[in-house]
Amino acid sequence: MSEESKNNTENKRREFLKGLATVPVFGFFLVNLWSKIRRDALKRKNLLTDLVQEKSPPAIISGLSSSKHLNIGIIGYGGRGSHLVRSAGFATKGWTDWAYKQSKENKLHKAYATFMSQEDLNCSLVGVCDLFDINAELAIDASKNDVRPGGKPKSSAIRYRHYTEMLARDDIDAVIVATPDHWHSRITIDAAKAGKHVYCEKGLTRTFQEAVDVYDTMKETGMILQLGHQNRQVEANDKAKQIIDQGLLGPVNLVELTTNRNSPWGAWVWTIHEKANRKTLDWDTFQEPSPNKIPFGEEALKRFFRWRCWYDYGTGLSGDLFSHDYDALNQIMGMGIPKYASSSGGIYFYKDGRDVPDVWHVTLEYPDMDMTVLYSATLSSNNSRGNRIMGHDATMVLGGQSNAGSVGGFRVIADRESTKYREKIEQGIINTKYPIYNYSPGSKQIDGVTSATSQYFANKGLLYSYRDGKRVDPSHLHVKDWLDAIRSGGQPKCNSEVAFEEAVTCAMATESYLTGRRVEWDPINRRLI
Amino acid sequence: MILRVLIGWHILYEGVSKLINPYWSSAAYLLDSKWIFSGLAKTIVSNPTLLTISDYANMWGLTIVGLCLLLGLFSRYAALGGMVFISLYYLFAPPFLGLEYARPGEGSYIIVNKNLIEVLALYVLYQFPTSHLVGLDRFLTKH
Repeated sequence: MSEESKNNTENKRREFLKGLATVPVFGFFLVNLWSKIRRDALKRKNLLTDLVQEKSPPAIISGLSSSKHLNIGIIGYGGRGSHLVRSAGFATKGWTDWAYKQSKENKLHKAYATFMSQEDLNCSLVGVCDLFDINAELAIDASKNDVRPGGKPKSSAIRYRHYTEMLARDDIDAVIVATPDHWHSRITIDAAKAGKHVYCEKGLTRTFQEAVDVYDTMKETGMILQLGHQNRQVEANDKAKQIIDQGLLGPVNLVELTTNRNSPWGAWVWTIHEKANRKTLDWDTFQEPSPNKIPFGEEALKRFFRWRCWYDYGTGLSGDLFSHDYDALNQIMGMGIPKYASSSGGIYFYKDGRDVPDVWHVTLEYPDMDMTVLYSATLSSNNSRGNRIMGHDATMVLGGQSNAGSVGGFRVIADRESTKYREKIEQGIINTKYPIYNYSPGSKQIDGVTSATSQYFANKGLLYSYRDGKRVDPSHLHVKDWLDAIRSGGQPKCNSEVAFEEAVTCAMATESYLTGRRVEWDPINRRLI
Repeated sequence: MILRVLIGWHILYEGVSKLINPYWSSAAYLLDSKWIFSGLAKTIVSNPTLLTISDYANMWGLTIVGLCLLLGLFSRYAALGGMVFISLYYLFAPPFLGLEYARPGEGSYIIVNKNLIEVLALYVLYQFPTSHLVGLDRFLTKH
């Protein structure tokens, strides 16, 4: 071989090597990537992620709505009533215009899109009963509005002055009761006796005896009751149940439920409508079932619009917010009615003439389950504490920080003194500083191994709740669940059994506060001691 | 050459880590966008199709750019591509005074952050390519 060709070969070889010089770096990259993937896989395997395989939330069962057209009536078209009617598919023109405008101004404002993509529940709003003329007119307007899922409504609503006139109508299948609490039991019982199914807002009743009467009537008549705890439709609670049922938290001896609000609205200081007066509002009928009566005047107007502030019409925090947290926990743990309840609190911030406490706490004892449930509420601090189910091996934290409740997802964190996870903690597979399971609905973050950033977003509950890729309102699912049960003859998720447990527990807590003593439940004789 | 390999490594792993994480989405980042592109970011998040496109563009774009820089293949185009991606990350969430982010940052910045520096480093790589000396581009260029 000549010197020249030798050089040539050498050059070619060198050129070839220079061309591929960084390929070994890529090889090194792949080796590192592979070991990282394996490490993460091992970590995940040892966390709870595998236990909750189902990545998509339960699908909406459709098809039932087409089977039978239902006529419904609304009794009490206030703030909550109008939301429920919208959940059934009927919004006022004012609302659809507002929501449409919002969606044009802010692309992330999804109220309009969410409403329009609701399933058409194949029902008509045919009857309206509200003691305030303005609200009644709004409900009629909603029943006629053809901006709705499913197109033009089949018929429009007629107003009734008294709910008994509406119940006398044969072609009404079911009624939504969203009046103040002091009317719940009487209307629910009369409706069931008149052969109507009932969706009743929470808290179910104002007193213990009313709870017993409602339960017995539902059993006798066979009518279907859905209590308005839409949390029953939130899939985070079902996931939480799955984890607890598998004993992954270990023995749970203490649960802490909390409410934190800090605004006049959150403390029920609601707007007194400017058009409310003796002519437009039926005060006498409003106060008919309440223990104490007052004449119409400024005080009456306050009580009409801010009724949650008085025991004459509701039970304050008990029926409003405690009932939600209790029912969500009952959904997750199925603990039912406690053996004992005691409560305390006071009117410490809103000294505006109300007689219900604005700081209030309840202790529920479940000796058979070796468990205490604590509830603590304040209406004058937003320091959102979240709800904690505290087990010997791990704690589940629902909501908190985000103030989104269980809708915002939950985290499970192992306890550093855990018996079950001791070995894994010692091996460094489980780090008690980070969640071993993290559930944030709507985001793709169903992931046990999470960074500080994804943690943050999980807690904020920033992303929406989706089903089948669509954002849905749990209240819509709850109304749908009720109508589906009516059509299929089944039982809805918040049926009279669990409604009774909610009502009795709330009544025990209220009674304890009002009497200043511990209240005991006697399940044999169905009475409070 | 070392600079190119290091930046390539970084961008490649940014891309690959998103590819192998089935739960990754650009939505959380976009929702937190501030300044001139925040409107566009909201438009992308609110539209599932655009969001999917954004997710795929990031996952595969970063992976391809990173791989090209690392191996020295079409590395001037890769440097340009990398500049586009990282400039966008800078512009969608610039560390200006008065803009507050929900995302916890991993360092402390005013106006200048690591993204800005990486963009300029890529510009240097664009101006002074090294892949015709060391890299696969050597096979594509004639001497």
